[in-house]
Amino acid sequence: MSTAFVGRRKRAIVTVIAGMGAATLLLSACASDSGSGSEGGGGTDTATAFSLLTPAENSIVRDELGVLAGDQCVAEDETLPLESETVAQADVNQKITLLASQDALPVMFVAGTAQVKPDGDLGKNDLALDYEATLKELGVWDNILPAAVSTVKAAYGGNMASLPFQYNLEGIWYNKQIFADNDVEVPETYDELLDAYEVFDKAGVTPITEPGSQGWPITRLIGNYIFRSVGPDAMEKIKSGDAKLTDPEYVEAAQAIADLGTAGYFGEGITSRDTDTAYAQFLSGEAATMYMGSWLLANLNNEEENKIGEENVGFMPFPNVEGGAGDSSQWPANAGAATAVSSKAYGPKVGDWLTCIAENYGSSVLANQGVVSGFKVNEDVADVKPLTAEIQTIVTDASETVLWFEALFDAKTTSDAQTNVSLLITGQMTADDYMNQLQSDLDQAQ
Amino acid sequence: MHVKNVLGDKKAILILLGPALLVYTLVKLVPVFWSLGLTFFTGNPLGGFEFNGVGNFVRFFTDPQAMSALGFTLKYAIVISVGQILLGYGLALLYVFVLKNASNFIRTVVFFPTILPTVAVALLFKSLFAVGDQQGPVNAGFQIIGLESVDWFATGDGTFTVAIIMELWRSMGFFAVLLYAGLLDIPDETLESARLDGASGWRLVRHIVIPLSLPVLLSSVVFSANNTLKVFDTVLALNNGGPGGETTPLTLYMYRTVFSYSDYGYGSTIAFVLTIMCFLVTLFIFRSARRDNTTA
Repeated sequence: MSTAFVGRRKRAIVTVIAGMGAATLLLSACASDSGSGSEGGGGTDTATAFSLLTPAENSIVRDELGVLAGDQCVAEDETLPLESETVAQADVNQKITLLASQDALPVMFVAGTAQVKPDGDLGKNDLALDYEATLKELGVWDNILPAAVSTVKAAYGGNMASLPFQYNLEGIWYNKQIFADNDVEVPETYDELLDAYEVFDKAGVTPITEPGSQGWPITRLIGNYIFRSVGPDAMEKIKSGDAKLTDPEYVEAAQAIADLGTAGYFGEGITSRDTDTAYAQFLSGEAATMYMGSWLLANLNNEEENKIGEENVGFMPFPNVEGGAGDSSQWPANAGAATAVSSKAYGPKVGDWLTCIAENYGSSVLANQGVVSGFKVNEDVADVKPLTAEIQTIVTDASETVLWFEALFDAKTTSDAQTNVSLLITGQMTADDYMNQLQSDLDQAQ
Repeated sequence: MHVKNVLGDKKAILILLGPALLVYTLVKLVPVFWSLGLTFFTGNPLGGFEFNGVGNFVRFFTDPQAMSALGFTLKYAIVISVGQILLGYGLALLYVFVLKNASNFIRTVVFFPTILPTVAVALLFKSLFAVGDQQGPVNAGFQIIGLESVDWFATGDGTFTVAIIMELWRSMGFFAVLLYAGLLDIPDETLESARLDGASGWRLVRHIVIPLSLPVLLSSVVFSANNTLKVFDTVLALNNGGPGGETTPLTLYMYRTVFSYSDYGYGSTIAFVLTIMCFLVTLFIFRSARRDNTTA
């Protein structure tokens, strides 16, 4: 009896020790390994592939890099093959925080706006490559358009933390036919725009459509009004504390957009309208105008989607606000989601890839996808569609650009601005309360 | 004799329980205490943690969004729990007294929505109550009978109404089956003798059936309260906790604070408050139950 029992006990002890060993292995694998991270620097390549992480909702960058990998960048792709993965735009902050803390950032990745700023989590720890220094070293810096440089630096607190794979202007796309049918001229001031909307509303046409469920298309309108009335440095003043969102000029902007909502100019169901529905409303002639960026070109140039025809679509800047310090020649511009390169993964092979991208991306994406980027178009592109050519001209000639409402906000304020705007335009939240909430978020984040 | 020796020997117990206890401690207890520790800090693993004392707790009680989330969590928990128990109990009574043996088919059909994925149900109801160009059957129905279509998801109350209908439709079958099993336990002789004494219908239910099914009713209440306090996926999929923050419960607010705003400390504080709430509710229900049993 006793020997059988001792045998069983020995087996039990072995099981326990094996169990603890397995648990220890599990724990050490999970624990973040920040001390022993590879010292990438510029000397050696630590990456074995050109790992790319892009947002699932926007395929422009990964599609184009895929084309380059098979064409102009074939040699670079052979030494460092392109490997593409996606992440949902809403999960970007979380995913990058996780990957960075595990020292597992891909070579090139989409990051949250706040993360790549100098005081953001990636910026503070020098995890994102400084493109200006690197591209100057590689000798390809002047492939980036000056307007794009100023937009990217303004958006990311002075850091050249992103490549301008897309360079988008924003303005009001309008249906020329509807304007002609109702005898409306292109408005130059906000009051003229309101008059035009009243005419459209009475004629039974939806004056303006937006993807309201996303939040940001509506906050863009608020931001634009602020830039026109207070001036192009309006949001910098908020950031530095020289002005507060609760000041009357800023609340007036929120009120103006709230009034658009309560007047019913957005059409029914604005708060749950998704992007596809809004685009369809404009492209089928149901809505007279839509404030959107020049990325809409992809849909406008698609004959199946664009039922009103390219000749019928016009692009106008957000109008002047009477007595305001801003001007409608100051185009709101953005360079898309921040696409950074991991400074730890940077090496000569990655440098070769960046050189190839800088020299070829501009003309490639214009030719293949009709997308305007912030890179120089080095090869002439034939058959550029008229609307695209119009936008490309504005982009090349643009001097002063402004950002967007949430550009300088932290993650929480941005989220609150975009989720609460649906309450603002349905009259459930006053403009004062809306701005109060955002200002207290900004104060909390200090 | 062998078994008594094994279970009586403390060393043996330790060795046999050891592995399971270790896994449980590491997977369940350690994160809970780690999170408790984080409530005194702000920050995240990437940006670093800063000691904040009780700052997070002070912030929680002065944060209007946190208070609104707390209010919604309680509102949702109370309304849905009451609805689930009432509907479930009503259906169970129906099965036992009205349908009797024919209840099998009805029970299955009413129970069916419980097995559907919660997010799928939320998306279904989002489409059912949609308005505008792609309006759903509800608004189409309204228009047919001459009423104006309603934008359910533009207001907090409208979204809450849809959430109630959705959740009750989905879970009443489950509670019906649970309480039905409890009702079956009541011996037929008790019911017969009560009927002979003249009790029938509502009086029978109130004085005989409810007191005898109290144990299962109690566990249903605890089960329901605990689940509804922790609602997450249904409100997220239905309208993203919106409009604004009108249908955002504490769980969703905590998730956003940790993963979108990258503040693990404050998020842990919210989680802690939620844990305390669930604990208090369970305690309260058990306390009142104990009182009931002694007086019954």
